[in-house]
Amino acid sequence: MEKSYIVKQISIFSENRPGRLAAIAGALRDAGINIFAFSIAEANGFGVVRALVDRPEDAHRTLTDLGFRVSFTDVIGVKMRDEPGGLSDIAAVLGDAEINIEYAYAYSGKDGAVLILRVDQVEDAVRQILGRGGELLKASLSR
Amino acid sequence: MAPWNPRMEEITPEELRRLQFKLAKSLVYRLYSFNDFYRRRMKEQQVHPDDIRTLEDVAKLPFMYKADLRDGYPDRIFSAEQNELVRYHVSSGTTGKPTVVGYTERDIENWSESLARGFSSCGLGRGDVIQVSYGYGLFTGGLGAHYGAERVGATVLPTSVGNTERQVELMQDLHVTAIACTPSYLLHMGEVAEKMGVSIKNDTDLRIGFLGAEPWSEQMRTRIEDWLGIRAYDIYGTSELSGPMFTECTEQQGIHVWGDLALVEIVDPATGEVLQPGEQGELTITMLQKEALPMVRYRIGDLTALDESACACGRTHPRIGRIQGRVDDMLIIRGINVFPSQVEHALLEIPEVGRHFQIVVDRKGALDAMLVRVEVSEEAFSDKITDLMLIRKMVEHRLRGSLNVSVDVELVEPGSLPRFEGKSKKVVDRRSL
Repeated sequence: MEKSYIVKQISIFSENRPGRLAAIAGALRDAGINIFAFSIAEANGFGVVRALVDRPEDAHRTLTDLGFRVSFTDVIGVKMRDEPGGLSDIAAVLGDAEINIEYAYAYSGKDGAVLILRVDQVEDAVRQILGRGGELLKASLSR
Repeated sequence: MAPWNPRMEEITPEELRRLQFKLAKSLVYRLYSFNDFYRRRMKEQQVHPDDIRTLEDVAKLPFMYKADLRDGYPDRIFSAEQNELVRYHVSSGTTGKPTVVGYTERDIENWSESLARGFSSCGLGRGDVIQVSYGYGLFTGGLGAHYGAERVGATVLPTSVGNTERQVELMQDLHVTAIACTPSYLLHMGEVAEKMGVSIKNDTDLRIGFLGAEPWSEQMRTRIEDWLGIRAYDIYGTSELSGPMFTECTEQQGIHVWGDLALVEIVDPATGEVLQPGEQGELTITMLQKEALPMVRYRIGDLTALDESACACGRTHPRIGRIQGRVDDMLIIRGINVFPSQVEHALLEIPEVGRHFQIVVDRKGALDAMLVRVEVSEEAFSDKITDLMLIRKMVEHRLRGSLNVSVDVELVEPGSLPRFEGKSKKVVDRRSL
């Protein structure tokens, strides 16, 4: 049951220089792949682009064929009230359950706000959030 | 400056050649009788000690290469038993295995004598304080300069490399008059001193620098001498010869190579043919008196030319010019020899990164900085930045361990490194001397 809420995020290694995001986004555009959400994490000289897309398997193959270093990462998307306290509610659930957030990013789209999380115990996080009345994105959103 | 060993340093060229022939002849007989490695080499080349009838006949002898030391690791081509050795030094090899050199008591004696002649030809002697800022330890630079300086009666301050502010303080407080280090480290020291409000020219007693272990130029000499108010002399050697071994004299017209210790030939790097004085080629040296690890016609890989004309200083021994480059792709990083093949070898042992790499060498201020660019392997790629940072640190640590020089590592995208373009693109050297 928890598995159906575990979303496959694609992560792409990128050098930290002009044009690299354009190359990644351009490749996804050419393959007709839609990006729901993404973030960039940067270190000295390199970064990792993380994205939720509608067809993760196709995105992985497309980018790998172009020579990018790509991996899948299990994340969850938690629907968030788009008002004061929305983030606090979710963070408190995970904090109370001793689940650590490794990284997070959020988007506020047409169907409301979503918080995307990579946590150390993903199935436990799903149970905790659902058990406390939270709502999660379905993995089937992406095929 | 008065010679340290006038009888030897002012020997006539004819006498020197007679002495060299005698020493070469007995060396070859000794090796043929007692050194399995070199006897085999001679037999392969069908040359017998009896074939050496003149000094020119040395050219009939087989060459030795750095690969011979690697293949004989650690001491299989030594000519002395372990209980006759008083010291080892170790330098980087071309791949994973380092090169081990050994010394008998007499080898250390001759090494010190050689540098004593060089140091005194530049005016170093009793009453001087010399700061030895070459690395002490497995590297030959520190201990080599140390013994040579003690031999001429100078007071040695063995600072080794690093902790530059303290070095500047000690230079002032102990009235240091001479220094032995790499030219780039001396420039760095000058910059650090200025930041501390100390002018080496005006606020210290420094007057002589013995600078080597890396290539430098006449422009650098002028800059160092004008800025720091010293006389800067080139010093040359490699661990296979013993270590730092030969220096310029006050004339600054080439490095005197003491002919009773070393026989110089300059050969065509491609054909091995002996070239004439003045022609540039590969420096090839026969160590005439070395006991523990004999070196016969050793191809050092440095490009230079021989000068047999009389030097104004009165010393009769031949000189070699400034090193103009290398026959191979060896790099010198902060005085340490680094072969790209060592980097390749080290990376093969690290599954987290691919086997392709690029080396970028530059100067950060006065000091060399070496960057190695590598690709993260598919298996090791994690989308957590902290994991990738750990991989980078680990690769830096491993490369530092095998190269003996600190390295920055940069993770790059797969496919972005040169693959088949040959070694020229594997190394980008942005330094200008």
